[in-house]
Amino acid sequence: MSDLLYSETEDDLRAAVRSLLTDRAGHQELLGRVETDSPYVPGLWKALAGDMGAAGLFVPEKLGGQGASHREAAVVLEELGRAVTPAPYLTSAVVATETLLALAGESAPAAELLVGLAGGRTVAVLAVPLTATPYAEPSVASTVTGVADAVAADVLLVPRADGLYAVPATEATVEPQTPLDLTRPLATVTTEAASGTRIAGPEEAAAAVRRGLLAGAGLLASEQLGLAEWCLEETVRHTRERHQFNRPVGSFQALKHRMAQLWLDVVGARAAARAAADALATGSPDAPLTVAVAQAYCSKVAVRAAEECVQLHGGIGMTWEHPAHLALKRAKSDQLALGSAGRHQDAIAGLVGLPAPA
Amino acid sequence: MTDAQELIALTRQLLADHPPATTDRTDFLRARFDAGLAWVHYPVGLGGLDAPRALQAVVDTELAAAGAPDNDPRRIGIGLGMAAPTLLAYGSDEVKRRFLRPLWVGEEVWCQLFSEPGAGSDLAALGTRAVRDGGGDWVIDGQKVWTSSAHVARWAILIARTDPDVPKHRGITYFVCDMTDPGVEVRPLRQITGEAEFNEVFLTGVRIPDAHRLGGIGDGWRVAQTTLMNERVSIGGARIPREGGMIGKAATTWRERPELRTHDLHRRLLDLWVDAEVARLTGERLRQQLVAGQPGPEGSAMKLGFARLNQAISGLEVELLGEEGLLYGEWEMRRPDLVDFTGRDAGYRYLRSKGNSIEGGTTEVLLNIVAERVLGLPSEPRNDKDVAWKDLSR
Repeated sequence: MSDLLYSETEDDLRAAVRSLLTDRAGHQELLGRVETDSPYVPGLWKALAGDMGAAGLFVPEKLGGQGASHREAAVVLEELGRAVTPAPYLTSAVVATETLLALAGESAPAAELLVGLAGGRTVAVLAVPLTATPYAEPSVASTVTGVADAVAADVLLVPRADGLYAVPATEATVEPQTPLDLTRPLATVTTEAASGTRIAGPEEAAAAVRRGLLAGAGLLASEQLGLAEWCLEETVRHTRERHQFNRPVGSFQALKHRMAQLWLDVVGARAAARAAADALATGSPDAPLTVAVAQAYCSKVAVRAAEECVQLHGGIGMTWEHPAHLALKRAKSDQLALGSAGRHQDAIAGLVGLPAPA
Repeated sequence: MTDAQELIALTRQLLADHPPATTDRTDFLRARFDAGLAWVHYPVGLGGLDAPRALQAVVDTELAAAGAPDNDPRRIGIGLGMAAPTLLAYGSDEVKRRFLRPLWVGEEVWCQLFSEPGAGSDLAALGTRAVRDGGGDWVIDGQKVWTSSAHVARWAILIARTDPDVPKHRGITYFVCDMTDPGVEVRPLRQITGEAEFNEVFLTGVRIPDAHRLGGIGDGWRVAQTTLMNERVSIGGARIPREGGMIGKAATTWRERPELRTHDLHRRLLDLWVDAEVARLTGERLRQQLVAGQPGPEGSAMKLGFARLNQAISGLEVELLGEEGLLYGEWEMRRPDLVDFTGRDAGYRYLRSKGNSIEGGTTEVLLNIVAERVLGLPSEPRNDKDVAWKDLSR
């Protein structure tokens, strides 16, 4: 059975990441940045990915990584979710990194790229829509919309009919779109068919991309867990302090039950997200099912937590000044990212033998 | 202090002196109790050896491997789980010596006379009276309800009101009641499933000697907390396999009966499959926390989660069965020892699981407890704490 607890190392890592994000990327900082050209906090990626080594957590040391596992990366994502931090972690340090890891043994250019990613010097993004799932082949059109963090990428990993290509961002056209989630920029990416370096043939590429997207979906559950936890904590804090009818509003049973129910959901989300991170870390054959369960569950919990957070904050929750909307936008966007709950459920139906009606 | 090696040696000695193959079941259990191997964390002479509670597993493993008889947990669950820890904490030496051995062996079944028709979630509002007579005995009059095993019980733990003039929590006293007293009348309480797992108990002029009082006069609420805390301890022990709970029954029906499948039911089944798997992982995580010595408050989540899941899954199962879902196994009144969820049909599961969100604390009360004790939310204003019990509205 998988280990569903947090190790001391993981707790230390969490504390370090949280402290960095609190100092450098607080909600006021984010609110000030989301309408500028870039929501990314200058210098934050270097501090997190490079100095702290967070980008290469599950990359082996011989490829410039930390030789830790997906469990540690999941803890980083919990903190990024809590703080709704704009950072290309899920896209570059998880999806692109896992894709390249699958190829690094056979492909020298992939290994070389990976060293740059693991050290936090390079940001690479798989040129697929944020909604891409591990269950279908990505499209091979030369123009792809909805590519998350493409605006921050140095390199784009582009699936084509004859394999996977690494295309320098300078050789591509990246046009920003206006995203629902202000903290995860989306863009339309266009590359010429001739540009870039081929790093894998079609079959290896398809398997590697699937593995990258599966890791992304599995660890996204941890981001959703962190976000849901923050929403619950803030809501509890607010309703304890806010007085109406001469009582703290948090003393009304109708509200208490909603927050208690949310806590139950968060407890479940933690078990599910940890199981997914552990299954990825150990390369368990159960990983596809565990990831699908975590996604199907955690994406709903995060959305519910964010929606309850807005509602139970009353009018304050509807204002631009309060960070609740950042969480709501992230949660709703995350619900579609890397496959909706329904897509993951369809995968579960296949994996456990509960087929749809004929 | 007794260590694992010593316990293994003592267990093997017990097995050598009383070979399970040739020893009467009750005799073996008595010998096990007398050897201190019944509950090793209990005191010497009372079935234990003052050893760490965790070492019980060492003894149990050794005995199971030897095919030794276990004490039957069916009818004696209330005695073992609730009466025993309370007797140990509050009984006189004489009371402990008299009651613990036959309780553990299962020769004497116990029941719990707490809930009343007018005092369920608000247990401290109970109205069964205990009045002291000239000789020092107590005389009990009142009615209890939802009493498991009352029809086979030899003894009961009982809480009753000894002072109606003080606020409700302060006027309660805790007793051991003799169920063979002529003033005790037990009637089956037939429930929604057609069966009677529980009883109503009518107490009319029941006499209890003062020696059978546990704790001080008026201190019964505090004593009852020991009993009730032990009621909630049991979660987190066993590992459940995937599809191990009620979802397994629904999934099996889905796989074996393709003609019953509809798209609407498929979506709902998958929703519940995911929820059941997450509940299983939550239980596993709780178990790992307990093993690591970091117990969390997640235990409260388990009961609430299973109540909701059992109800939703069994409801779906009845729908899935279509025309067959309109039928029911049998309505004959029986008095079963155990709730048998998986051995019965979907209709029974649907009806019986309605009790899961009521028994052992209603969902509404447990959500309040989570909100106040886990999340630290303020309690609702109360208007019953400083009012004499007799002045409360009923």
